[in-house]
Amino acid sequence: MAKHRGRGVASVNYPIGMNLGGDPSQALVHATPTGKFVVTLSSIDLGQGMKSVTRQLAAETLGVPIEDVHVDTGDSDTGPHCMGSFASRGTHRAGNAVVAAAREAKEVLLEVAAEELEVDPRDLELDGRGNVRVKGAPARALSVRDVAQAAHFKRGKSISGRGMFLVPPSDVDPDTGAMRPVTTYAHACMIVDVEVDDETGEVRVLSIKAAYEIGRALNIGLVEQQLVGGAWMGISHALFETVEPYYPDRAHGPTDFNGYLMPGPGDMCPVEIEIIERPALDGPYGAKGIGEMCATPPIPAIANAIEDAIGVRITEMPFTPEKILRALDAKRAGR
Amino acid sequence: MRIRKELFADERDDDLAIVGKPVRRQDIEGHVTGRTTFFDDRLVPGLLHIRCVRSTHDHARIRAIDTREAERVPGVRRILRWADLPKKAHNILTIFNFGIDDEPALADGKVRYRGEPIVAIVAESLRAADEAVAKVRVDYDPLPAVFDVEEALKPDAPLVNEYIGRNWFRYWGDYDCQQIRFGDVEAAFRQADVIVEGRYQMSPIEHAPLETQGCIVVPGEDGRFTVYTCTQGLHFSLDNTAAQLRLDTNRLHFIGGTVGGGFGGKVDTVVEPLAVLAAMLTGRPVRYVFTRAEEMQVSSPRGAERVYITDGVTRDGRILARKIVHYHDAGAYSRLSTYGTIKSAAHHPGPYWIPNVWVDSFCVFTNRTPSSAMRGFGVTGGDFALESQMDAVARAIGMDPLELRIKNAYRDGDMKAHRKLTEGAALIECIQVAAELARWPLSEEARSASSRIGGGGDRGRVPPTPPARTRLSDRGEGERGRETSRIDAAERPSARATTPPPSWLRSEARAVEARAVEDGARRAAEGGEGRRREEQEPPEPPRPASGHGALRFSSVFGSRRR
Repeated sequence: MAKHRGRGVASVNYPIGMNLGGDPSQALVHATPTGKFVVTLSSIDLGQGMKSVTRQLAAETLGVPIEDVHVDTGDSDTGPHCMGSFASRGTHRAGNAVVAAAREAKEVLLEVAAEELEVDPRDLELDGRGNVRVKGAPARALSVRDVAQAAHFKRGKSISGRGMFLVPPSDVDPDTGAMRPVTTYAHACMIVDVEVDDETGEVRVLSIKAAYEIGRALNIGLVEQQLVGGAWMGISHALFETVEPYYPDRAHGPTDFNGYLMPGPGDMCPVEIEIIERPALDGPYGAKGIGEMCATPPIPAIANAIEDAIGVRITEMPFTPEKILRALDAKRAGR
Repeated sequence: MRIRKELFADERDDDLAIVGKPVRRQDIEGHVTGRTTFFDDRLVPGLLHIRCVRSTHDHARIRAIDTREAERVPGVRRILRWADLPKKAHNILTIFNFGIDDEPALADGKVRYRGEPIVAIVAESLRAADEAVAKVRVDYDPLPAVFDVEEALKPDAPLVNEYIGRNWFRYWGDYDCQQIRFGDVEAAFRQADVIVEGRYQMSPIEHAPLETQGCIVVPGEDGRFTVYTCTQGLHFSLDNTAAQLRLDTNRLHFIGGTVGGGFGGKVDTVVEPLAVLAAMLTGRPVRYVFTRAEEMQVSSPRGAERVYITDGVTRDGRILARKIVHYHDAGAYSRLSTYGTIKSAAHHPGPYWIPNVWVDSFCVFTNRTPSSAMRGFGVTGGDFALESQMDAVARAIGMDPLELRIKNAYRDGDMKAHRKLTEGAALIECIQVAAELARWPLSEEARSASSRIGGGGDRGRVPPTPPARTRLSDRGEGERGRETSRIDAAERPSARATTPPPSWLRSEARAVEARAVEDGARRAAEGGEGRRREEQEPPEPPRPASGHGALRFSSVFGSRRR
């Protein structure tokens, strides 16, 4: 009886957005009279950071400080349509809509500023600190607040923009399956080290090392949270979780977290990840989406590492101690 | 976490001010101090609560439901039944004209999975609702159930869902599965040195959000209903709720956007329609929130998938052909499985350029909790199978598993099996970086490979592809007819009971969806005709063409030389 170490790999890609497209998202951006901006959406923040990412995209596109942008979402009376937060689509679809809306609002902002400064709007830029200035002549500038005041109370102009993003729906050829599932894919490769106890059948994940290609990391902190959280979920899927432990038999279905097992903090391993950015041609600043793919590669990588460790391949998820011991028994029996 | 800026640097401007920075989340203070408002944090006076009586059988006809005792429980305000539903069956994709309305929000005279809601108790307190639930008497007539996807496709399998009319979903009119046909896999298997077979199975998985799904509905003075909800698709759930209740959409006002964990489990729009209906019928605000047990056993899990893969490989590690038969266990109702099945077909054969690919992806109905979307929908089960299989291939030919992956990785300009050219590939670079991190030695060739070099050309063309249609048997209209014809006026619940008649006898869904069922019933009644069936077998695990000397490795049948 011994503990055996093994190493396994998996490399995957992930389609961004709903399969076959046809899943629109909209955004509205407007300035308040004091030059603050509100992004209005109906996209859902599940904890993944939808509000934060769209806020950054709006601030970047408008050229204003991030503190001057607020994202308001989740009210069907005010928020324009968004298909929803799923299919790794939020950043890509809603993000594009926000960028488009912010661009349109920025155009109005610059038009009003140009009238106030009596220059051509094409000669203007935002300094990222809340001012509109003439390119090459930074002394000739107006604060965004002053521009918004002028727009509201002097010129009667709405500094606002509408954005919509839609990947046109694709047909499917029923015979060949010819279709355009999505427009861009994210990528990953993961290497996992495990230790398998051949007496108890328990698997411990010792380390995860991975590379993720995600187009553009819009917020590196959120990226890290998703990828590490996803690694945890992948370990959980691989080794612990199911609501039907003897599928397809329906017996022994858990109804609470005493029966439905998931890894605790002590089961989590160090995760080391490096990011690659190959921008999506149609992504907001090249961004793709990482919401879903990060939970996937640990599963096959752990299966492969188990085989490397003890010479048996487990082909049914989750890889419970029971399955591992039975597989070892079968191997010893020469089956 | 490090960003490898030197890779693909020429495709990117790195001059952004705010994008890319670890900016603090707008909502973080509320989250870490526990002040964020979730749907269930609304204090609404006069709130009523919903609990459902749920099926204790996997598959059964309901002979009678006796609610008399339950109605006398103090605090019970209303008991919702199938008869109260404005729309008798629904599917959340039919608002986009895809799929079939195949699921009643409350049992239609039959239950098709354990846990299916039969009646909904609306009461002043959860305690009263629970007490009433315990006092409802349901008289079941159990039916044979089917739980295994391949068993469900057999001609004599019990019919799970009469709205669908068969135990699998038909795509694009009359295709039994979503198929991918690219090149000639059988011819390529004959060229291969080694055949590697695998069978991979996953089990249903729960989303396990901290916040179980639910909603609070508040009727307004203006005839509108405000719905505080944790849905992952605000307008999607609004539109589906309106469709189910036959309400104008502008009578619903959905407020959400801040969700305590979703992972795909809050898309199905299961709680909102019943809660709004209860609010309409009582004129009171209503709360309907799943218990943890309901979340685990009744709400849609990630569906189980079974994947058979057969690969034809050369000794130097080139995958010549990959044949996949993929079964998705939808459970008793479609929900989003019809969509996930297509997505899984599109995802095959993984991020590799393989010149001959065959995929049959089936959406199969069984007598279990309907499955639906979960993080990685249509991909996770497939990737478990594909990436396990890649290692099985590497072992079979004695090749390093990363070298095998780089050798077969798709590159810019390569034609995918779904007939779109690869753009923006970066699998090779991910493998190289991961190998570096783990100090996994790669050959010079693998280290110098690039996603931008070596693709396209011949690899960018669609190969000659012989047409091949996978057909399951029509599986005996007669049996289906018998099944249906037994559910008949004579067996309808007695006048005393409150069970509604079966939906397929008097359903508005009848116009389109139930036609096949009625045809079956009619034919059975006419005698005999319905028994005619095309003698075709359900699909078997893929098998390479015989008559070649390839070494065969199989997790299905063990290794053997043929």
